Amino acid sequence: MPKLWRLERRNAPSGLMRIASAPLAAALMLLTGFAALSVLGKDPLAAFQVFFVEPFTSLYGIGELLLKATPLMLCALGLAVGYRANVWNIGAEGQLTIGAIAGAGVGLFGGAHLGSWALPAMLVAGILGGMAWAAIPALLRTRFNTSEIFVSLMLVYIAQLFLSYLVHGPWRDPAGQNFPQSPPLPDNALLPALIEGTRVNGGLYLALGLAALSWWFGAKTAAGFRLRVGGLAPAAAAYAGFSANATVWLALLIGGGAAGLAGILEVAGPIGLLQPVISPGYGFTAIIVAFVGRLHPAGIVFASLLMSALYLGGESAQIELQLPSSVSGVFQASLLFFMLAAELFIHFRVRGARP
Amino acid sequence: MSDAFGVAAQAVPRLALHGITKRYGKLVANDHIDLSVGAGEIHALLGENGAGKSTLMKIVYGVTSPDAGRIEWEGEAISIASPAQARKLGIGMVFQHFSLFETLTVAENIALGLDEREPAPQLAARIREVSVRYGLPIDPAQLLHGMSVGERQRVEIVRCLLQSPRLLIMDEPTSVLTPQAVRVLFETLRRLAGEGVSILYISHKLDEIRELCDTATILRGGKVTGNAVPRTESNASLAKLMVGGELGECRLTPRVPGEVRLALAGLFSEPEDPFGSPLHGIDLDVRGGEIVGIAGVSGNGQRELLAAISGEARTAAAGAVRLCGIAAGRLSARARRRLGLCFVPEERLGRGAVPAMTLADNSVLTGGDFGLVRHGIVQTRAAREFARATIRRFAVKCGGDAALAASLSGGNLQKFIVGREIRLQPKVMLVAQPTWGVDVGAALVIRQALIDLRDAGVAVLVLSEELDELFAISDRIAVIAGGRLTAALPSAAWSAERVGLAMTGVFEAAPASAGEAHAVA
Repeated sequence: MPKLWRLERRNAPSGLMRIASAPLAAALMLLTGFAALSVLGKDPLAAFQVFFVEPFTSLYGIGELLLKATPLMLCALGLAVGYRANVWNIGAEGQLTIGAIAGAGVGLFGGAHLGSWALPAMLVAGILGGMAWAAIPALLRTRFNTSEIFVSLMLVYIAQLFLSYLVHGPWRDPAGQNFPQSPPLPDNALLPALIEGTRVNGGLYLALGLAALSWWFGAKTAAGFRLRVGGLAPAAAAYAGFSANATVWLALLIGGGAAGLAGILEVAGPIGLLQPVISPGYGFTAIIVAFVGRLHPAGIVFASLLMSALYLGGESAQIELQLPSSVSGVFQASLLFFMLAAELFIHFRVRGARP
Repeated sequence: MSDAFGVAAQAVPRLALHGITKRYGKLVANDHIDLSVGAGEIHALLGENGAGKSTLMKIVYGVTSPDAGRIEWEGEAISIASPAQARKLGIGMVFQHFSLFETLTVAENIALGLDEREPAPQLAARIREVSVRYGLPIDPAQLLHGMSVGERQRVEIVRCLLQSPRLLIMDEPTSVLTPQAVRVLFETLRRLAGEGVSILYISHKLDEIRELCDTATILRGGKVTGNAVPRTESNASLAKLMVGGELGECRLTPRVPGEVRLALAGLFSEPEDPFGSPLHGIDLDVRGGEIVGIAGVSGNGQRELLAAISGEARTAAAGAVRLCGIAAGRLSARARRRLGLCFVPEERLGRGAVPAMTLADNSVLTGGDFGLVRHGIVQTRAAREFARATIRRFAVKCGGDAALAASLSGGNLQKFIVGREIRLQPKVMLVAQPTWGVDVGAALVIRQALIDLRDAGVAVLVLSEELDELFAISDRIAVIAGGRLTAALPSAAWSAERVGLAMTGVFEAAPASAGEAHAVA
């Protein structure tokens, strides 16, 4: 059967497609959403209004946008460092959880003694907790050549069950009417809101600072250079004598540390205590954020805002239109799907069949 | 130039190309090319890398289509839309890189490449018949992975011959063969030509072309620069057409070597690749101020040997590899570089250079410990300056220090990599296939650069499949076969035949002893 078209490698990557792929994917995502909402019998335009406009008409709404973007940004920045080096940590959700536990533990048991040092100590403990959890796949990969993809993913469920054990058992608030949650953190262990009337806290600055730092790390430092070479051409890294094990360790520790920081910022910020669920899947959504942001820090800042908007839109659609909450998952997934498809056209183009 | 078409002029040519033009973006790969091959004619297509030979053959074989021009097959204008159509017309092609499966038998590999299905016993019988008739002995039931490169090439040729081609295209067929295997191949090709098969023979090896081919079309920069009867030309006159200027020649001035810089003692290794070759106790000394060449057909342990010296693989015993007197067998590749080792690997893209990085970044790849990284920070300006200086000194044709490594032609990238390593001022220089796939002009630059290093007192070890090259630049030569290495003896003690025999594992062919060798030298 004659083929009507075929893919052809471009002579040089297309600069236009590199820029246009993200907006194109967003447009296709909207089109898919339009079709899906029509099938569900909702007026798509009204639904879009509820989904994409209403949440952001108030100061509080904008604050929520920034608040939810913060953990996404932190996790995605850390993951992107690893992905550029071909280290596939997909367990940021677990590292976030352990970071939250470690930081909250310092706040709960040491907060009263630490005074104004409580918050810094908690943040450091959160980072170290995330790193420790990410060190497990790093150790197993470098010692026994296991796949960090599976190990980091499995550790997510262990982390979540460990959290569940703590809040149902030893760390449960004695005055909490048997609710599975820890006592509230003391006031000196809570992040203050930046703007009156919102829940945004200083974590946003940390995330933006980390974005700048991660750009500098990737573009200027020798360690960042070695990670990039390891990702682009492993044989060239071996030829130059860059240690493959060091790459794995560094990539996982950075990813784990950033996710751990995101975890403790959630607990010390909007949540204020430990409960069985502290993240609606930020660590997994961050994988999408990292790719939609094309693994570049600036792209990740924008992508995390976009993903955060989809979370909020999903919530308001759930409340006002009685749409299932999975609708935001559909939007997120179709965005990633179209993004990956559009990336193909950076290096390839479609040609009609030859006569 | 003499009239090139004595044979083909009378009859209708089997294949005639008129004004073939093909553009890739701004690059004109083929610019109004005319070419004609008669029945039973062996026609050479001669040109440097990037001259447009491969593009032209892709057009003839239907892999790509020309932007302009006419193709005539036995007098009829046609267009060739696909390799399947080309095969149907009677055009066969043996590619430089084989497409064979290691885990399948010869017959299974051949069956996969045929356009029509054929019962296995019948196919096996035909394979046997064709292989006997043309002096290409192969066993249809043998598994591929145990076969040498020369044998694999036979499989590819037999696959083409089963379809009774009337035009056979051979793309650089001798680049992987021993001198003896080249003889056999030439005999086969002559027999085919005697039966009326036309052969298009792509190469840049002038001696071969003068020995084998009836006529030649010479390409340079996508244009035909001449037609010739190679037998009546000299290497110099052909090279002049190909390169567009006079070629210099490498010269080794006698020199007393200095102290031992690289010492291998009882080097053993198990291959990581299950089809690789283990090394069986390699002993070798390379002194400052000499070039030692290692000949051998690829897949005989070269990869393992290079990795063991470079540090990409570590040896069990630290003393098995000594660099400037220091036991280095357990050191990392980076630590060995700090001891003064520089290395040009066989694979340029993806190993010697990162394809998606700029030349400036690719300078940092191995130059990091030599001033291009300070206090953990990449010195961007120094790296760009380093890349620019390398580009200038070795006349690398490229878009400047910000050009991506992947955008350079093979020869220019090799000049850049060799240049980068030389500018890091090695004490020991390790080079694999220095001029593999590199055009004549660039090859000369690279060989001369290696000789200059030797004259400056550097210990140089070169692994190459090109014997002519090794004889041209080596003070001493050793041969590797089946993971064993002969003694390294003065080049004059070897003949091409003895090297060829040693390459097949017949080590008795090596000059009997160092004493005898020195006497000859």
